[in-house]
Amino acid sequence: MSSDTKHAAHAHPDGWTYVKVGVILTLITVIEVWAYYVPALVAHPFFNPGLIILSAIKFATVVLFYMHLKYDHRLFRVLFTGPLIIAGCTITALLFLFHHFKTVS
Amino acid sequence: MSSHAAAAHGAHGAGHDDGHAHHHYTTTGLEHRKIAIWAFIGSECMLFASLISTYLIYKGRSIVGPFPHTEWVNEAGVVFKPILNIPVTSASTFVLLMSSLAMVLALQAVQLKDTPLPDGANWWTRAQRSSQGWLLMTALLGMTFLGFQAFEFASFVHEGLTIKTNLFGSTFYTLTGFHGAHVTAGVLWLFTLLFIDRKRGLGPKDELIVDIAALYWHFVDVVWIAIFTLVYLIQ
Repeated sequence: MSSDTKHAAHAHPDGWTYVKVGVILTLITVIEVWAYYVPALVAHPFFNPGLIILSAIKFATVVLFYMHLKYDHRLFRVLFTGPLIIAGCTITALLFLFHHFKTVS
Repeated sequence: MSSHAAAAHGAHGAGHDDGHAHHHYTTTGLEHRKIAIWAFIGSECMLFASLISTYLIYKGRSIVGPFPHTEWVNEAGVVFKPILNIPVTSASTFVLLMSSLAMVLALQAVQLKDTPLPDGANWWTRAQRSSQGWLLMTALLGMTFLGFQAFEFASFVHEGLTIKTNLFGSTFYTLTGFHGAHVTAGVLWLFTLLFIDRKRGLGPKDELIVDIAALYWHFVDVVWIAIFTLVYLIQ
């Protein structure tokens, strides 16, 4: 590994980047809560998927920037995303198993 | 150390090449403690997945109220309003997000501790070196979050929702209670780091122990991001 690559692997963001990430997280939260209070949006079929997407963006932002997974060794990414995928599949499978999703018969 | 291990040593995030007197040789070239915390976080993902899926499976299946998002009238004609208090929970969510910001700045302060301040450094540059300040702020924000949760639980019980009232109460208190217990453990961990910092000072050589605590704290934050959306906002 070249010294440049080594340096890139260690190059964590500076303090202002962390603050900007905090502002983005706050703005997304404000949008989520604002949408909760708009009846027309709540009634929209894309309301729940939209909230889940916004939540996933916040989740990924914290993991990539604050937990430094974007900059760290790939083994750590595997250790985290592996169980996360299993967890997601478990939730989905259980919801199907308990008929939470309406299916066309 | 083999060339591969040496390369991996340089690539991992647990330790930089300089200032790490306690860095041990490992077969992967990575710090075992950092691998352990990521494996632990992975297992915690599955724990919270089981709690969240239990909540979602029983969502909307309570026979008696109070309910989270809708009104309920009992046999005596008493009207119970939707029990979730979104403004209070939004505030506590903001507090936890800001605690994550403070935590990542605490880690950066520890990393920069031995770096001399440039001439004419402004307040922000100076503030970024204050590991004690950021650790204290993180712990206080964590305690504030716990205060919000205690307030929420107390008001729910006052309004007639206990862990035994209905399926919503059972799954809600179990899920958020487990999360609150994790936050409590994190706050104790942060105060331990703060104590060490005041006692002997945390520096770049201690980056790993602060990094591990920070990873745990951020994980507690991301779990709450999921809970806030799935429990509080989705109706």
